[in-house]
Amino acid sequence: MFLLLPFDSLIVNLLGISLTVLFTLLLVFIIVPAIFGVSFGIRKLYMKTLLKIFAWATLRMERGAKEKNHQLYKPYTNGIIAKDPTSLEEEIKEIRRSGSSKALDNTPEFELSDIFYFCRKGMETIMDDEVTKRFSAEELESWNLLSRTNYNFQYISLRLTVLWGLGVLIRYCFLLPLRFKEFLSKHVHLMCYRICVRALTAIITYHDRENRPRNGGICVANHTSPIDVIILASDGYYAMVGQVHGGLMGVIQRAMVKACPHVWFERSEVKDRHLVAKRLTEHVQDKSKLPILIFPEGTCINNTSVMMFKKGSFEIGATVYPVAIKYDPQFGDAFWNSSKYGMVTYLLRMMTSWAIVCSVWYLPPMTRETDEDAVQFANRVKSAIARQGGLVDLLWDGGLKREKVKDTFKEEQQKLYSKMIVGNHEDRSRS
Amino acid sequence: MCHPPPAVREDESVGWSWGGQELGPDECMNGLDLVSHSQITRLYSRFTSLDKGENGTLSREDFQRIPELAINPLGDRIINAFFPEGEDQVNFRGFMRTLAHFRPIEDNEKSKDVNGPEPLNSRSNKLHFAFRLYDLDKDDKISRDELLQVLRMMVGVNISDEQLGSIADRTIQEADQDGDSAISFTEFVKVLEKVDVEQKMSIRFLH
Repeated sequence: MFLLLPFDSLIVNLLGISLTVLFTLLLVFIIVPAIFGVSFGIRKLYMKTLLKIFAWATLRMERGAKEKNHQLYKPYTNGIIAKDPTSLEEEIKEIRRSGSSKALDNTPEFELSDIFYFCRKGMETIMDDEVTKRFSAEELESWNLLSRTNYNFQYISLRLTVLWGLGVLIRYCFLLPLRFKEFLSKHVHLMCYRICVRALTAIITYHDRENRPRNGGICVANHTSPIDVIILASDGYYAMVGQVHGGLMGVIQRAMVKACPHVWFERSEVKDRHLVAKRLTEHVQDKSKLPILIFPEGTCINNTSVMMFKKGSFEIGATVYPVAIKYDPQFGDAFWNSSKYGMVTYLLRMMTSWAIVCSVWYLPPMTRETDEDAVQFANRVKSAIARQGGLVDLLWDGGLKREKVKDTFKEEQQKLYSKMIVGNHEDRSRS
Repeated sequence: MCHPPPAVREDESVGWSWGGQELGPDECMNGLDLVSHSQITRLYSRFTSLDKGENGTLSREDFQRIPELAINPLGDRIINAFFPEGEDQVNFRGFMRTLAHFRPIEDNEKSKDVNGPEPLNSRSNKLHFAFRLYDLDKDDKISRDELLQVLRMMVGVNISDEQLGSIADRTIQEADQDGDSAISFTEFVKVLEKVDVEQKMSIRFLH
């Protein structure tokens, strides 16, 4: 202690100087560009460097695995089993054809072998189904030095471990405090969003900006995380629609309402579709009001697919401006699994990721045609967004994350099968 | 004795243990040793993602949470096949055992080990699996009532009781050979002797 005294003042001075430098850097590189909407190429360079490091890391792991004569666990996004795309009718007919010695046009009404179809289909869905995997984070084929996305831990060599340690250090000790300061700032909306964007080191590429939503319209987009809002709002003015949340999210929502006319609903009100539609229509008809931003999926999906769009926003009759948002999962998974962790944990994960890289496509506006109903219109918009973003277009409801599937789907299958049996019954009784 | 192919057997550190459940010689005899390491890892990853309670076992609710299975008319029967008599939980070993029935039959297996116990994915065992879907009370016979129950599950409300009854009667009539108005396993096998069971009751891995 006694010996440290002469060094004390030196350390304090050094600290003071470095802090001043840090703040100046902050000011110059983050806040000023945010105000003027200008960007330096630093983030792009950062991204390129990161990509090179990831590729190298993956190579090292593969080499490590080969040395020990093991196979790396490689996640496959296209599913792990071979599935037949044939329909119920075709499959059952095929099974019957192979087992029956009777002539084809004399098809029997029921065969004991019909069960094979349902049995195998059931087993296939147990091994790998299309829906449940959309509600958990996407698996990556190469590692991005975040331990939360890796399954092949045992193959890490010393060099890789050092690099990973360094990465942790940088992310938690350098990037996080930097971002935390930004996040608490209280500037005007657009500037605020722009700072958030820079704070999260978000590298966003906007495409087709001439199609940006105009007043009196509705902007619909696929939903992956609350960051979607920040991304879109930093490039335009929107009025938000959504459920009132509790916790940190609720605080943010209340703060936003004070500045801009947003439309927040209580959870109980959401179920009353007429009330929602009425308020939305009122808002849309006022041409001076900002375009409404809606996420028709109703919940966060993991950005590999687009799930069913709820028809509410498509019934109103306003012009719809579709937007497709696709995140690059290599730099940090933006998906918010709200059943697994809350908002604060989610934000922490976001701020300790490398970066948020995403592409936003503004698609040309669409209106409902005279011969299509709200559901068909919703599906048309959904397909357009899925096609642009390279996502799988699913008919399944995002609400399946939390609720059970409706029985109507099972009844459809039963009806189809019944037709196969009963349809031939008349032939049988004649012969 | 069980001789697993060289590509699959691992060293002690990775070994045969997934989540504390060992796959031992019992599994070797059932042909599970011929499932590749990566396929088992993938299925284990699937098992854990279904296991919402995170206690290393699956309950019936965990299966029913899969939407595509919930809309399968025979969904409940298929789920039952995983659970041994009187139990409500299935561990990973049990999960793998049931899925092993659906492994495709490889050519080189047919000539292997004729005197040993039959692998789970043999033609006979696949047929037995399907038979058990019909035979609810496990008395090795498909009675008229049991057949009606399965038919009712498959057609829902779209066919009347009489029509369904006559379909069941006709089916039993055609299959029954010993005159007991029920279908035994042997009779079941006879009816289906020409069906390509190997292909229709097999699931192929992509990798």
